[in-house]
Amino acid sequence: MAETLFDKLWRTHAIHTEPDGRTLLWVDRHFVHEGSHHAFSKIAERHSPVARPDLTFGVVDHYVPTRTRLRERMEPKIREMIERLENNTQRHGVRLFGLDDPRQGIVHVIGPETGLTLPGCLIVCGDSHTATHGAFGSFAFGIGASEVAHVLATQTIWQKKPKQMRITVEGTLPPGVGAKDIILTIIAEIGADGAVGHAVEYAGSAIRALSMEGRMTLCNMSIEAGARCGMVAPDETTVAFVEGRPFAPGGAEFARARADWLALAGDGDAVFDREIRLAAADIAPTVTWGTSPEQAIPVTSPVPDPADCADPGRARAIADALDYMGLEGGRPIAGTPVDRVFIGSCTNARIEDLRAAAAVIDGRRAAVPGMVSPGSSAVKRQAEAEGLDRVFISAGLDWVDSGCSMCVGMNGDLIAAGERCASTTNRNFRGRQGPGARTHLMSPAMVAAAAVTGRITDVRTLEGT
Amino acid sequence: MTPFTRHTGKAVALPEANIDTDQLIPARFMSRTRAEGYGPVLLHDQRHDAEGRPRSDHPLNRPEAAGASILVTARNLGTGSSREAAVYALADFGIRCLVAASFGDIFAANAVKNGLLPARIGTADNTRLLDHLTAHGPAETSVDLERQEIAVGGMTIAFEIDPAWRQQLLNGWDDIDLTLQHAETIARWTTDDRERRPWAMPATSENSD
Repeated sequence: MAETLFDKLWRTHAIHTEPDGRTLLWVDRHFVHEGSHHAFSKIAERHSPVARPDLTFGVVDHYVPTRTRLRERMEPKIREMIERLENNTQRHGVRLFGLDDPRQGIVHVIGPETGLTLPGCLIVCGDSHTATHGAFGSFAFGIGASEVAHVLATQTIWQKKPKQMRITVEGTLPPGVGAKDIILTIIAEIGADGAVGHAVEYAGSAIRALSMEGRMTLCNMSIEAGARCGMVAPDETTVAFVEGRPFAPGGAEFARARADWLALAGDGDAVFDREIRLAAADIAPTVTWGTSPEQAIPVTSPVPDPADCADPGRARAIADALDYMGLEGGRPIAGTPVDRVFIGSCTNARIEDLRAAAAVIDGRRAAVPGMVSPGSSAVKRQAEAEGLDRVFISAGLDWVDSGCSMCVGMNGDLIAAGERCASTTNRNFRGRQGPGARTHLMSPAMVAAAAVTGRITDVRTLEGT
Repeated sequence: MTPFTRHTGKAVALPEANIDTDQLIPARFMSRTRAEGYGPVLLHDQRHDAEGRPRSDHPLNRPEAAGASILVTARNLGTGSSREAAVYALADFGIRCLVAASFGDIFAANAVKNGLLPARIGTADNTRLLDHLTAHGPAETSVDLERQEIAVGGMTIAFEIDPAWRQQLLNGWDDIDLTLQHAETIARWTTDDRERRPWAMPATSENSD
């Protein structure tokens, strides 16, 4: 029978299936971070060892400060979270990319960077943006603390096979439009729960044309549509990215791997439970106006007006979001003044993202304060080698170390109540970037445009870009 | 894990869609250990004003909601971050059952692992139930997992749940114990897998350091 990419990934990881369909799956890579402390406590209670420390990797990202790596300058609470992870990984013989490790960075950036993330693998992490790794044609998904404890203790996970959805984007993206705009457009179209219970495969010529960085941005936000995971089938772009990475197979093993990976692409006649199609040419630079990623519109559009909405529930939801965001229905979103910008996160802080933002900012001054936190320490070094740090610093933006930072604010990088931030991150939830903070999600180029004008701006209208 | 078969308690309505896990438990409270208790910080920034004082008009803060154990919301409850602390906050607050038209996937799985029932109902029933509880206030409600029915104010509403989750809640088994029973099968499988996918192991340390 014809198989999809997902069918093949499922089949090659299924160890045992119960009569009710629950399937025990093998986990190839398990990433842990400071937030995994609940799971380590759970296995400590049972006196369980970590089953496969050689397949478990730790990294400091969620709580790590971006303005110092010196322990004595850290808040005691933050330092305690980092040291808890250090102790837990050390006790169980798990490799940690710690504070001083040159490979430190956001887990979903360093997995691919080090070659730990490979096509055809099953990857889990106690973080919902684990879907990012699906860009390589791996089955990657976020899990909660109980499941993290289960994976630590057994290197396996129970899952029911989800339904399958294919999202096809055909054609060529207009200039100034990228992966972030594609995924925000998809979420606005199908809703923040539009893909619940589904494994999503992204396909079509516009997806194939994306770099690995772009595919990671796309898959990263699959969770914002509620998907179990998001994937792109491995192709030559994938193979070229992986080849030569430190933890990737080398030599003769690579040739074998390459053949296996390219064979993962779905069979032509495989059937999906649901199909969504978009034309790349119709996608515009997209920004969120509300408090859910589904509340996204082209930057050329007005903000929705609750008065135009017949459904009272929806009208109230729009009115509530507008109230929180301090916006007026019916007004253009472009021109809305912002108080600050943030370029960072597992969604949009890879080298390509920093280059895109720097290209817009180069030679200009930022009209508002802002912060640039590279996705990993390696991205930071590369950006500095390319002189991108000088572009941001000359414009007046802060160039800081790598971590989850202002995307989730756990490390203290927060936005003040009532402040409006143009952000390359993934969630515009109420209070996500700090209590009362107002977040507008958009691409790195669009955040850069907002930085130099101090307003939400269609990057295509800026001269010289 | 405490098994869940049938539960009768007070249901309270929070008629909002897309209540994400960042709202259920803001990130800044997540460094606490479970022993410290997560109940007081459930929906903290909704339930408190900017100065940290409880908002008396919040549905969960009203006196008639005291002791509520069933939470009813609009669609997509628990969307977003995988933080299981969102479920700890609900559980420590006293919630045993969640009712909505849809749930975040990871959140619902986390709920089941902690013995909380995520009961999925149709969109029309969701509106009807929210309207009823909003109009009449928190009300005594019965949730029967074996029959998959919710009974309140003369209404009987059928709910859906994945059969595997239903079984897990009914018997309250520990997943890790169950899995360890398959240890031999897992060991055999991994040996075969090394042949099938020799490239799946991370490259050895001499290549990587």
